[in-house]
Amino acid sequence: MNDLFNSFMNGPDEKGRFGNYGGRFVSETLMPLILSLEEEFEKAKTDPTFWAEMDDLWKHYVGRPSPLYFAQNMTEELGGAKIYLKRDELNHTGAHKINNVLGQIILARRMGKTRIIAETGAGQHGVATATVCAKFGLECVIYMGAHDVERQAPNVFRMKLLGAEVVPVTSGRGTLKDAMNDGLRDWVTNVDNTFYCIGTVAGPHPYPAMVRDFQSIIGKEVRWQLPEHEGEGRLPDTVIAAIGGGSNAMGLFYPFLDDESVRIIGVEAGGKGVNAKMEHCASLTGGRPGVLHGNLTYLLQDDDGQILEGFSISAGLDYPGIGPEHSWLHDTKRAEYVSITDKEALDAFQFSCRTEGIIPALEPSHALAHVMKIAPTLPKDHIIVMNMCGRGDKDIFTVARHLGIEMGAEGRDSE
Amino acid sequence: MTRIDTTFATLKAEGKKAFVAYIMAGDTDEAKSLEIMKALPDAGVDVIELGIPFTDPMADGGTIQLAGQRALAQGMTLQKTLDMASEFRKTNDSTPIVLMGYFNPIFSRGVDAFLSDCTAAGIDGLIVVDLPPEEDDMLCLPAQDAGLNFIRLATPTTDEARLPKVLTNTSGFVYYVSVNGVTGSAEASGANVGPEVARIKSHTDLPVIVGFGVNTPEKAREIASIADGTVVGSAIVSQIAQGKSVEEVTAFVKSLADGAHSA
Repeated sequence: MNDLFNSFMNGPDEKGRFGNYGGRFVSETLMPLILSLEEEFEKAKTDPTFWAEMDDLWKHYVGRPSPLYFAQNMTEELGGAKIYLKRDELNHTGAHKINNVLGQIILARRMGKTRIIAETGAGQHGVATATVCAKFGLECVIYMGAHDVERQAPNVFRMKLLGAEVVPVTSGRGTLKDAMNDGLRDWVTNVDNTFYCIGTVAGPHPYPAMVRDFQSIIGKEVRWQLPEHEGEGRLPDTVIAAIGGGSNAMGLFYPFLDDESVRIIGVEAGGKGVNAKMEHCASLTGGRPGVLHGNLTYLLQDDDGQILEGFSISAGLDYPGIGPEHSWLHDTKRAEYVSITDKEALDAFQFSCRTEGIIPALEPSHALAHVMKIAPTLPKDHIIVMNMCGRGDKDIFTVARHLGIEMGAEGRDSE
Repeated sequence: MTRIDTTFATLKAEGKKAFVAYIMAGDTDEAKSLEIMKALPDAGVDVIELGIPFTDPMADGGTIQLAGQRALAQGMTLQKTLDMASEFRKTNDSTPIVLMGYFNPIFSRGVDAFLSDCTAAGIDGLIVVDLPPEEDDMLCLPAQDAGLNFIRLATPTTDEARLPKVLTNTSGFVYYVSVNGVTGSAEASGANVGPEVARIKSHTDLPVIVGFGVNTPEKAREIASIADGTVVGSAIVSQIAQGKSVEEVTAFVKSLADGAHSA
């Protein structure tokens, strides 16, 4: 099964490629920085003291392992496959993002960096980064699209409470991709003391592999947790996760890539529908390969290679690219990728609240919407594990507005 | 020999430093941009860097990013950038044109098609910011095979161990980025740049041109005096952004060129 020459788990190669995808498309100023990061990461990967520190913080600071919860009410109502939720929304800071941030910040400390920068869309990665920086007494600067600063006001305030400087990005169109551009601009300017903590499995090598390795704790836990419910050796039949850049999905998928019996499904944000008007963020379903932010991957772009803005109800999925490993898994057909519209995600959001008493973030609501489509068509002994990668507190204003409910000043600000 | 090689050989014979000017293709519109480009050689520009507009220019500061946005808003494309070069070549067959930009529009066009377009349009060299030597087979090597110069950036973070790798497949000239940062930000300092240029020259016979943070005739003179020439981009683009006439922009460029040539 883990045949070295026939495994999906060997990537990336020494050039940072997953098949054709990935690579190191950065300016010369950054090249020495990412090479030294790669060197440090390679050392840390096999260093037991690094993982001992991670395990300790994961357990006592983040609250891992996150539960694997049998969603009995969902299962009964949908009337087909057994649905398990991996409860990464119960992590400290409310999402999977902190799994990766801890790893990168510990690396930054080993490299002697004192200043951490990050980009954020919905604010979850920004909050996680600000949190860990507060814990370790590191200077923290978060780049966030001006539009997102407005519609994610609670998370902006959280970051400020945690001592981070939040820089609203107005360059370009003031969105997540522009926040990433400004993060990279900061990094080329402050090369000596600064560490760029990327929040997803994208960017130049080694980020896609490194972030995946930190997030893989999700899938590794599922591998031992599911047998506690279902008996020794039981693997999921299907694993499902939402995809913006794709870090929570890679974290769940990676440990199962070589298990042929496990069907892997990534759910992209279909916005108003994957159509010619590009009112969506489905890079794989509606984009084509290109180069942005250091990697070759599927992108939303026009005929001239200019990058297009994504559109989604979820600020966390609102990115015109996707991690390069997903592009490769898509082309090799090891994983399937589908899209879910805003409306379907909103329905799933409410379904989760009503059936299980879990208020999900809008990102995993996309994954759940696909579960709702396929579960009824599958036999009762089929096991689906879905990553509930974030909690929905941050999204209640957006949801209220879409449901036509007036929530006062904060609600009005959230458009 | 490209026009770049010829130009630098001539300058060297004359004991002159090179002045390189950057403009964004299609800023603020196609016609004005072409008019400015045509006026550059007479203003004393030895090499023209023609920017390809891109939505996400992550190594550029606000000035050049906004120039790209203005150009894109006017419908500028990679094809129209190449058309502009072809048009320029109708009346000028000697001033080298270097296309400068990011890889995605080129990748989107297709590398082979792009390179034959470049040759047809009279392009002499390429600077593609997000293609370090680690990605040489994507464009650098095919471009050299097609007879184009591939000009690489060397930066303050390019250490002694890495420099040979950066220089290996570089041709035409070496573009030394004088500061850690984006275009149009910090001002270059002659005291810092001098030793860096010497360090690069100990590894290569190619001309070393210094850019980033050069914005006045005095600065152009100072930097040119310690290198083989200098590049000005953002300061010229700012003039265009302010709506200055072609004559005003050209006069400003001439003052910079005179500064560099007096070094």
